[in-house]
Amino acid sequence: MQPSPSSAQAPPRANLAGWLYVSPLVLVLVPFFVAPILVVLAASFFATDGFGGLTPEFTLASYVEVLHSALTLKLYLATIKFTVLTWIFTLIIGFFVAYFLVFHVRNQLLAIGLFLLCTVPFWTSNIIRMISWIPLLGKEGLINQALLALGVIRQPLEVLLFSDLAVVIAYVHQLTIFMIVPIFNSMARIDKKLIEAAIDAGASRFDILRLIVVPMSKSGIALGTIFVVSIVMGDFFVVKVMSGGGSASVVSAFYEDVGVLQYPTAAASAVLLTLVLVAIVSLILRTVDIRQEITR
Amino acid sequence: MKSDHGDIELAGVCKSFDGVTNVVDGVNLKITDGAYCCFIGPSGCGKTTILRMIAGHEDPTAGEIVIGGQNVVGLAPVRRRTAMMFQSYALFPHLTVRENIAFALRVRGQSKVDRLRAADAMIEKVRLTQFADRLPAQLSGGQQQRVALARAAITEPRVLLLDEPLSALDEQLRVQMRQELRRMQRELGITFIHVTHTQLEAIALADLVVVMEQGRIKQAGAARDVYAHPHDRYVAEFMGGQNVLSGRVEKVNGASFTLAQAAPSGIEVPLQARSSVSVGDKIDIAVRRDDVALVRPGRDLPPGTTSLPSRVLAIEYQGYFVKVMLDTVPDDAFVAYVPEKTFFADPFTVGDVVMATWATGSALPLA
Repeated sequence: MQPSPSSAQAPPRANLAGWLYVSPLVLVLVPFFVAPILVVLAASFFATDGFGGLTPEFTLASYVEVLHSALTLKLYLATIKFTVLTWIFTLIIGFFVAYFLVFHVRNQLLAIGLFLLCTVPFWTSNIIRMISWIPLLGKEGLINQALLALGVIRQPLEVLLFSDLAVVIAYVHQLTIFMIVPIFNSMARIDKKLIEAAIDAGASRFDILRLIVVPMSKSGIALGTIFVVSIVMGDFFVVKVMSGGGSASVVSAFYEDVGVLQYPTAAASAVLLTLVLVAIVSLILRTVDIRQEITR
Repeated sequence: MKSDHGDIELAGVCKSFDGVTNVVDGVNLKITDGAYCCFIGPSGCGKTTILRMIAGHEDPTAGEIVIGGQNVVGLAPVRRRTAMMFQSYALFPHLTVRENIAFALRVRGQSKVDRLRAADAMIEKVRLTQFADRLPAQLSGGQQQRVALARAAITEPRVLLLDEPLSALDEQLRVQMRQELRRMQRELGITFIHVTHTQLEAIALADLVVVMEQGRIKQAGAARDVYAHPHDRYVAEFMGGQNVLSGRVEKVNGASFTLAQAAPSGIEVPLQARSSVSVGDKIDIAVRRDDVALVRPGRDLPPGTTSLPSRVLAIEYQGYFVKVMLDTVPDDAFVAYVPEKTFFADPFTVGDVVMATWATGSALPLA
């Protein structure tokens, strides 16, 4: 068979135009994303003199060290625990906030206003948002005082602040918006006529939620999940502050490594975490065809 | 006790969304069981609101909606045993054809085996068997329409409500699907209520045509009645096919009256049973466009013919007839539909002076 002349080779002019279109993205991604990752990847295979100096000789020593350490598994389990808990709570809260905004607030202006209200916590810095939990959750905090006053407890609850509970609370507080936005977006594109058609067919509110709204919000749920999971997996700061140093995450370990100039092991841990995250994200993308849903 | 009859009675039905203006304003109508009823009117005339009130997606502000002898106001759509087919179909995009059609049975708690069997039977009825596993987006407009119809019909409703069911289709398909709707209606033997703004669709399908304007029923009747005997100027102009002329009554002479017009002798109009007129009344009359014959001036006309001298303004070839636009009356458009063969036996050209003639008895006084 002869190849048709037109499809055999794209005209060079069209090729050039194509490259021009992607050039801004390439110009941003290469220096700020690809290059750092390559540097980290290279560093993870380098040897170190133990004082921050790297010698460019290929070794797997860092990976062996990281993978053999019992701490690694422990930290991954701890991080996954935080991730799963945060994911569950942000998903439940985010889904119902979006559901309420899209399907129950009839006035569109009000819906947009309430939506903006969800972003108010982001007008302050992450640190202030975390610190602001202290007067609420602390030993002398509002919740303890209220419970003491009501006679529910005799001793102030210690688990409220500087605990795993506090870590999850802070994560949920910070990350629910990352669930709300994509889920709101995909829900808002559900034709209201579909809901009416479902009611017409005799569907209950729960049927509509289960059979129409959830399946049609899948892409938003998947996107929100990617945001939340990758942020929690990549965090060490919230864990450090809100657990009072009692808990750690995967990233806190290689943050410590960097602190003591163990760059190759830190790099190896970072590469490992990146691979784990890529695996999780591709699993999500495999379950939900986001691209197809977005172009719907 | 539930009645299986799909006869509908609307009594004094009003609907207001803002509490000030009535979108539907005191509608009274009886639709017999198993009838094909078309609501027709321009957009915003309240026809879709009536449909949605019958379906139970809106509640009337006042009045009663009785289906099969039972007042259904306030009942959920399922309990009314009505089903609605939505404009642009509102098919569930994430469900296959089969799942879409089985949806109503699914939420009614039917077992998977039962509901899929019922859905397959319905799929066969609308001839979509080979598309059963496709998603709505993979179907053509006509196929989507059939899925919507099947999805609505699967619950065996006593009334099927169709909101502009053909508006999303192109012209050829529309004519074809029109037939299909009528066939399904006969097959199911239930009441169909169909909302449209296309008069051709209405008169082709309906046993009962309901012409609406600004929330009120202007005229309701058999298609032929509404087309050939419009009550008033609005209906005549909306249904088309009529020349509407207005003028003052010059004199009343027994069974007919004379309308003062540009023509020297005026226009004689039979009184016909329904209107009593007196001299000086301003009145509209209708003359069917296909009743108008064009004759060269000076020819003898049989007695009982009204003739008005006119100039040809424009000519449009329409296939089996020719549309000739005339300046017969000063204020209103006047058109003659001349059969193609008659026209080309002695063709006119723009600017020709002709006599527009019709049998005096065929003119119709309007309310």
